[in-house]
Amino acid sequence: MDLAKVDRKIAVSRKASTWRQREQWWAWAFAAPGIIMGTIFIIVPFLMAFVMSFTSQRLLANPNLPTRFIGLTNYVRLFTDDPLFWRSLQNNAYFVVVVVPLQTSFALLLALLVNQKVRFVNVFRAAYYTPVVLPMVVVSTIWIFLYTYNRGDTNQGLINSIVLFLSGGRLGPYYWLGDTRFAMPAIMLLSIWQGVGFQMIIFLAGLQEIPTEMYEASAIDGANKWQQFFFVTLPLLRNTTIFVVVTTTIFAFGLYDQVNIMTGGGPLDSTATMVFTIVNYGFKQMQIGYASALSVVYFVIVLVLSMLQRRIVREEKAVLE
Amino acid sequence: MTTAIKPIHAATYQIRKALKNTVTYGVLVALVFFFAFPIVFMLVSSFKADNLQLLRDFSSLKSFVPYGELGLDNYAKVFERLPLFPRYFLNSMLIVGLTVCFNLLFDSMLAYALARLRWKGRNLVLTVIVALIIVPFQAIAIPLLLLVNWFGWLDSYQVQIVPFLVTPLYVFLFYQFFVGLPKDFDEAAIIDGAGYPAIYWRIIMPLSRPVVATVTILNFLGGWGSYLWPLMTIHDPEYFPLMVGMGFFIGQTPQIPGQLLAFSSMVSIPILIVFALFQKSFIQSVAASGIKG
Repeated sequence: MDLAKVDRKIAVSRKASTWRQREQWWAWAFAAPGIIMGTIFIIVPFLMAFVMSFTSQRLLANPNLPTRFIGLTNYVRLFTDDPLFWRSLQNNAYFVVVVVPLQTSFALLLALLVNQKVRFVNVFRAAYYTPVVLPMVVVSTIWIFLYTYNRGDTNQGLINSIVLFLSGGRLGPYYWLGDTRFAMPAIMLLSIWQGVGFQMIIFLAGLQEIPTEMYEASAIDGANKWQQFFFVTLPLLRNTTIFVVVTTTIFAFGLYDQVNIMTGGGPLDSTATMVFTIVNYGFKQMQIGYASALSVVYFVIVLVLSMLQRRIVREEKAVLE
Repeated sequence: MTTAIKPIHAATYQIRKALKNTVTYGVLVALVFFFAFPIVFMLVSSFKADNLQLLRDFSSLKSFVPYGELGLDNYAKVFERLPLFPRYFLNSMLIVGLTVCFNLLFDSMLAYALARLRWKGRNLVLTVIVALIIVPFQAIAIPLLLLVNWFGWLDSYQVQIVPFLVTPLYVFLFYQFFVGLPKDFDEAAIIDGAGYPAIYWRIIMPLSRPVVATVTILNFLGGWGSYLWPLMTIHDPEYFPLMVGMGFFIGQTPQIPGQLLAFSSMVSIPILIVFALFQKSFIQSVAASGIKG
């Protein structure tokens, strides 16, 4: 009697352990393609960037210039002897400082507008979102023509015509993409036009998660629309805002397509960005080692920004608890 | 007393409401113009056969008015000047199609193992995937270029497909969704004698339509617009995807605006149609990708 019970128990646990083993086996089988591909094409290149940043690696093997370990030489060159790197860092910072606040507040404004109970609200949402689905290369091409400038000619592009019209002929026409003062702002404008719909939707999702009771309660307390916005909407959108600010900043540091199509980094490096510089060294000049050092610096910037985001969000949670 | 005042109040209220509505719709419609004007400009200009007229129109509102000699001349010229244009199109469709299919499969399989099965190494793999989400592609592009060069993959289809079969963000989106599905489904299926592949394929995946739509849309848009990577790895026009073909066409002389805008239109119209049909899914997919914040 007892023995039979024990036997049954053993049988059950054996069955359970074979089940668990089966589960292990299948889990690895399901995960394998993802893990293998991810390792080869994301993790390995990621580690290679670090390793190669300490070498003189080139894209094509050159018998006269064998790959050597050169310590911190690339980093020293980067920080002390590369005006293009500093220039591109500066250009990216300029882009971020202007685009991130503008695009974020514009996106929030749009989200508030399309969060109202108005007719055809879905049509408005879709219309504002449309530029997001267009490829950046296409967007850049269209805007090249909008920015058309013809020296000493009455025949200008649409943007110049608008500026001339609004200023009563006092301002412009400007050579938008060929003037160091205007090339970056011109790229900023089209980047905001193309990307703001994306952030709008994220804000909209955030707005819709705010319980309506919050507004009802504050209305009973006598708050007007502005007070509701500043004391209910904004605080409750805090995490969404942080997310939008950080992702926009990271996107901004990835700026490349527009620059390559519209200005090629010019005029006089005024639109050269970090990624543009990485591609310039790594691909055009084939200095993989040096470009890897740049990639590492670029990655560290992105990493610090993301950590900052998580830090701020966590503090917020700690305060609430 | 009150009855005498009331109608006046009601009237001012009505007027204020009407005024507020007018302002709201005015702003909403003005913004539609702001977002639509470059697209309308592209489409209208691409049909203007007379490129001198097109250039003259650039400076005024006439650039939005389809008038004058209209036709498909610019479109025909794109095919004439770029005999490989249809090939670019097919290349992009092939590359994006395969990339999306494999991503849906591999990402969801990995997410299934992470979300629904117990195994050693699960936590480690999950942590690594979450960490990899923030690694921008541009930061690994240069070493990846060296790697695929070692593989001898420059100028090929596989160089545009194979490195992108797994995307950490999409794995995470699937994972998040799978974790939220009730466990009862799997347990009931196991009691019925179903194996893990059957559970994954017959139960989990059919329940995951929203996340499949999200990943498909995000991956499709990313792949269709992909420019930097093929620019570095493809020099043979036979393997050009559309965006690199377009960059190449911009660099060709003479640079004829009508033709470039016809090229842009042909690249955009399919996306705009798909977007018009599935705009709800598009917008939901963005909201879903933002949840991780």
